[in-house]
Amino acid sequence: MSILKKHPERDPGTAEAVGGEELLVTGGHTFKTLTDKVSGIVEQKPPAQWWLIFVMAVSGMLLLVGVIGWLAWEGTGIWGLNNPVGWGWAIVNFVFWVGIGHAGTLISAILFLLRQQWRTAINRFAEAMTIFAVITALVFPGIHVGRIWLAYYMFPIPNQMLIWPNFRSPLLWDIFAVGTYFTVSTLFWYVGLIPDLATLRDRATNVRKKVLGFFALGWRGGNRQWQHYEKAYLMLAGLATPLVLSVHSVVATDFATSLVPGWHTTIFPPYFVAGAVFSGFGMVMTLALIARKIYGLEDIITVNHLEKMNKIILVTGSMVGYAYMTEFFIAWYSQNEFEVFAFVNRAFGPYAWAYWIMFLCNVITPQIFWFKKLRRSIPVMFVASIFVNIGMWFERFVITVTSLSRDYLPSSWDYFSPSIWDILTFVGSFGLFFTFFLLFLRFLPMVALSEVKGVLPEADPHFYHQKEGDTK
Amino acid sequence: MAQIFPKWTNKAPKYVLIGLVVAIALVSYLIDYYASPMYTDVGYRPNQPVPYSHKVHAGDLGLDCRFCHAGVEISPVAGLPPTQTCMNCHNMIKADSEKLALVQESFKSGYPMQWVRVHKSPDYVYFDHSAHITAGVGCASCHGRIDEMEIVSQEEPLSMGWCLTCHRNPDDHLRPAGEVTNMSWTPPANQAEFAASQKRLLDIKAPITDCTGCHR
Repeated sequence: MSILKKHPERDPGTAEAVGGEELLVTGGHTFKTLTDKVSGIVEQKPPAQWWLIFVMAVSGMLLLVGVIGWLAWEGTGIWGLNNPVGWGWAIVNFVFWVGIGHAGTLISAILFLLRQQWRTAINRFAEAMTIFAVITALVFPGIHVGRIWLAYYMFPIPNQMLIWPNFRSPLLWDIFAVGTYFTVSTLFWYVGLIPDLATLRDRATNVRKKVLGFFALGWRGGNRQWQHYEKAYLMLAGLATPLVLSVHSVVATDFATSLVPGWHTTIFPPYFVAGAVFSGFGMVMTLALIARKIYGLEDIITVNHLEKMNKIILVTGSMVGYAYMTEFFIAWYSQNEFEVFAFVNRAFGPYAWAYWIMFLCNVITPQIFWFKKLRRSIPVMFVASIFVNIGMWFERFVITVTSLSRDYLPSSWDYFSPSIWDILTFVGSFGLFFTFFLLFLRFLPMVALSEVKGVLPEADPHFYHQKEGDTK
Repeated sequence: MAQIFPKWTNKAPKYVLIGLVVAIALVSYLIDYYASPMYTDVGYRPNQPVPYSHKVHAGDLGLDCRFCHAGVEISPVAGLPPTQTCMNCHNMIKADSEKLALVQESFKSGYPMQWVRVHKSPDYVYFDHSAHITAGVGCASCHGRIDEMEIVSQEEPLSMGWCLTCHRNPDDHLRPAGEVTNMSWTPPANQAEFAASQKRLLDIKAPITDCTGCHR
């Protein structure tokens, strides 16, 4: 009904969307200007800022390699672990990075199935961010075993010892959950890239043309190819959707299956998933704001897009806050003295400082997005997104360390402080992540060109370009 | 628009995929065999300082294993005999043989013979001969037909998988207590019945397959 009504009102040839909705792409872009803009980023030499950040990132990555080398040589004793805190920053960082990896698939799969067209502006680099965050996350289960050269024990590889991974071990669940997630996300990302790689190929020459041609898999943009492509994309979106929920549920179950007060709760899976989406959007926001500034993508990633992301941050942040309060309620309601103690200790014990940093960053900060003005202010959302990242790291720290440091046996209680190696490993993990991410920005189209073109007015079957002298 | 790649590349993905599958299968097989103790350890046959022949002593003359390896029933290690054990016979028999010069020397000086160990297990493996002998596992099950070897060699891989194969299903390797050192024993037709009664008799529970059974 609405379509019939809308079209007569529409002024063809001008940048105005159907039904008075805000345009997704501003600045009067056409297919050609959009292609020039996005392809230009990877075809020209990178800006000075790119080099600056890249040098820092590579230094960070080398730092990580060095620290891991020292870890392999010396053992996990270099970390600040003690008894009873046997799980320290390694798992905190692992959960932190995996959590960040959740935004990509949410944006690309769930928002795709829900026909949220605004996702097109951010899905490509959110997916890239997901893949690199998952790679960074996977470093930690690999190195936390101490004897890194035996990490292959985690995989079901036939061997002369005739032993298999223990399927009762949460470590194994992580490997399978995160491994599956990584595989599907990478496939999804790559399938989405194919038409854009073909666009780049057609503009390239010599070796570059061959390399891009190889990865574009012979894409010509024919009708039949598009039909297959869109079916494949839809199926992958369907496959990826349950993974958004399952991966962090499994990670949450690592904690929930152990009989530690503060971990042994059924709320953990949904609570972790909400937190993961929250932290993922925080990271996407931080990266999007920087990238759109440096590469001048304000027309494609508009304030409208950012506002929508802020709404998701507000929703998921409030869900996380609700979960924090539910934990306290259930602790009181259960009248289990260990459970009650775990939560009182969390908020008022030796780690109260960490708890309240977490609470302020995760629960209070997003509440500013109730106000439209703040929701649309770039500086405000940039600072808020950083706070979200900080808060979500502290959430994992609070969960892991407070529960372990005050367990059932008061005589074994101890206070955990990280060693310098813990800190350097964490800093180095950012180096690894940003190295990948910057290489992606340099060599691959950071905006899903073919999809953004699909939401331009020009893509509408009823669109025609008004030439001068045309009459309506 | 001109083609970027020649026409034959259309078929390349198929061949690359087939090649990949074949290569993975081949490499897996090569590693599985050539990097395992089945290849690296089986057949290890070091030369000993004295050409002692198990074939002559345990085979032709019919000495019992325990005559020399006296600790096998009571201790984790089977043990090697002191030179005195050799000399009980060899101060009468072939006392002047050149081959026995080192044994004579050892007997005079009091320093033990430096035999070369053939069957090794890593230091992180706890292995107990007496437990296996008591359960009725024959010497030949792990060491092979020692009575037919001029120079002892390693017959079995002694790998963890090899240990576990028997630990998971030991029935074929159990024998009556009197037959443990019998090199030529073969399982009777009713071996399954015997194994069940043997386990009942000795009150043997299933052999340990937990990590801590051998890695302590």
